[in-house]
Amino acid sequence: MAEHFVKPPNWEWYILGYFFLAGLAGGSYAIAAILRLWGSPRDGAIARIGFLIAFPLVIVCPILLTLDLGQPGRFFHMLVSTTPGQSGLMFKYWSPMSVGSWALLIFGFFAFISFLEALALEQRPQAPGGTAPVSVLSGGFGRAFTFVGLLLGLFIASYTGVLLSVSNQPIWSDTWTLGGLFLASALSGSAALLSWLARRRRDTESTERNLQEADGYFALLELVLIVIFFITLAATGTIGRALAGPWLLIWVLVLASLIPPLLSLAGRGGRAASTAAVVPVIVLIGVLLMRFVVIFSAQM
Amino acid sequence: MAEPVGFFTDTSICIGCKACEVACKEWNQLPGNAPKFLDSFDNTGKLDSQNWRHVQFHDRVPEAPTVVGNGQAWLLMSDVCKHCQHASCLEVCPTGAIVRTEFDTVFIQQDVCNGCRDCISACPYGVIGFSEQTGTVHKCTFCYDRLQAGKMPACAQACPTQSIQFGPLSEMQKRADARMATLQAQGSTQAQLYGRDDKVYGGLNAFFLLMDKPEVYGLPNQQNAVLPRRNNVGGYLGILVTAALGMVAGVVAFRQRLDNGTGPRQAASAGRKS
Repeated sequence: MAEHFVKPPNWEWYILGYFFLAGLAGGSYAIAAILRLWGSPRDGAIARIGFLIAFPLVIVCPILLTLDLGQPGRFFHMLVSTTPGQSGLMFKYWSPMSVGSWALLIFGFFAFISFLEALALEQRPQAPGGTAPVSVLSGGFGRAFTFVGLLLGLFIASYTGVLLSVSNQPIWSDTWTLGGLFLASALSGSAALLSWLARRRRDTESTERNLQEADGYFALLELVLIVIFFITLAATGTIGRALAGPWLLIWVLVLASLIPPLLSLAGRGGRAASTAAVVPVIVLIGVLLMRFVVIFSAQM
Repeated sequence: MAEPVGFFTDTSICIGCKACEVACKEWNQLPGNAPKFLDSFDNTGKLDSQNWRHVQFHDRVPEAPTVVGNGQAWLLMSDVCKHCQHASCLEVCPTGAIVRTEFDTVFIQQDVCNGCRDCISACPYGVIGFSEQTGTVHKCTFCYDRLQAGKMPACAQACPTQSIQFGPLSEMQKRADARMATLQAQGSTQAQLYGRDDKVYGGLNAFFLLMDKPEVYGLPNQQNAVLPRRNNVGGYLGILVTAALGMVAGVVAFRQRLDNGTGPRQAASAGRKS
């Protein structure tokens, strides 16, 4: 049985906001990239929406992270060594926070280029860069660029779970599932968000239902990972802490948020349930609550 | 590189006077604490950004009269940063602020730390504390400035019973072995060395002679003394599998429509929009 004598790092609201937005940014980019790479031409509009929202979301992330620092002015110490006599870049592959800092920077570049391209494709030539990004991202290079961006998006949406696990905190360090769990949840929330945004456009009808189907698969994946999460905690003896007090209720709400996409996948949601505007909202609340309960239950 | 230094804290002769706490605060100019009445004689509570030594008091006075206490009427221990050979805090620090010094101690560079607090989540001993005043994290420096001047750390110098001993690490280990042999010869069955060898975090430069199990003093036992990086492989593998399944799910969801472009789902979708 695991015994912990650590203190909590007091990662709270800024970090919750970061985990939520990074999940949606990475997930939205990943889904948009999947649509771009393996979807049909009719999926282009949703792919553009995904690229259009990923960059604004990811821009907020470093702001939240910087605000959470005790010395916000030293945010760049994550990237550049300032130790006297050891100048150079700062990178530790075994520290997820170090890897994540670089990944966020690089993903931000990919998200920015794809954002410019999507803006141009939306026939807004007044956008910065004009139509140049469209030319750059056409053909084989564009597909390779999108594929690398897809991998980065998946990483951004998930590494935060590994960051928590690579510690000695109760719950976080007692399971290997958090990275996968955060990723499944991020993909589910992003599919729901894109599905909700698609409802506002007339050229996305054919893709919207498929997003809901994808959301169902992602929710199923998340459900399986939640079960494994609790099994791993039971094996280390920290499941009681994870479900103590209000946390059990919040986990019930998280599970409840999976029901609409799962029903939709099973074909039992009916048209009303699958198309209701409230479903994406429920899913997104579930994404937020899952991160909330993981972050706070370990630190209380 | 200078010779590795060490603390040997012999809890069997600690009298709980807290001279180490006071000396540490005075030398390092750490702020005082508001008075608190905690369990027993403890009014410090825990190690944090302004308490780099903490004398623990564990009441083991038997309820029933007894003839042999075996040194356990009270368990006292002057706790401190362990300056681990394999330091969890140093491992995760993303800025390189936490370094190993020429004295083989673990040190936080205050001008490099940006207050991310990853080290707090990693330290298995709950040693490091965050200061709202400086926006950085703090812990015992092993009196780095005194070491550079050839002096012993303030706590060791102040300790009136030599419960805290300081010197070259190898010499401290020899003294600990000798003390253990003495206690065992006197019939002590509970005495044990913690961090003397490499079984706990590769060895501790601040190691202890304990009079009970490590857990009693808030120290993880050998089984639980694990490094944060152990979870890298499992965590990233979990991501890899989930990402693969997620991508397959996404491709399946969007490819299915291509095979059935006029199927009922499209009809339903069209119906909703009409």
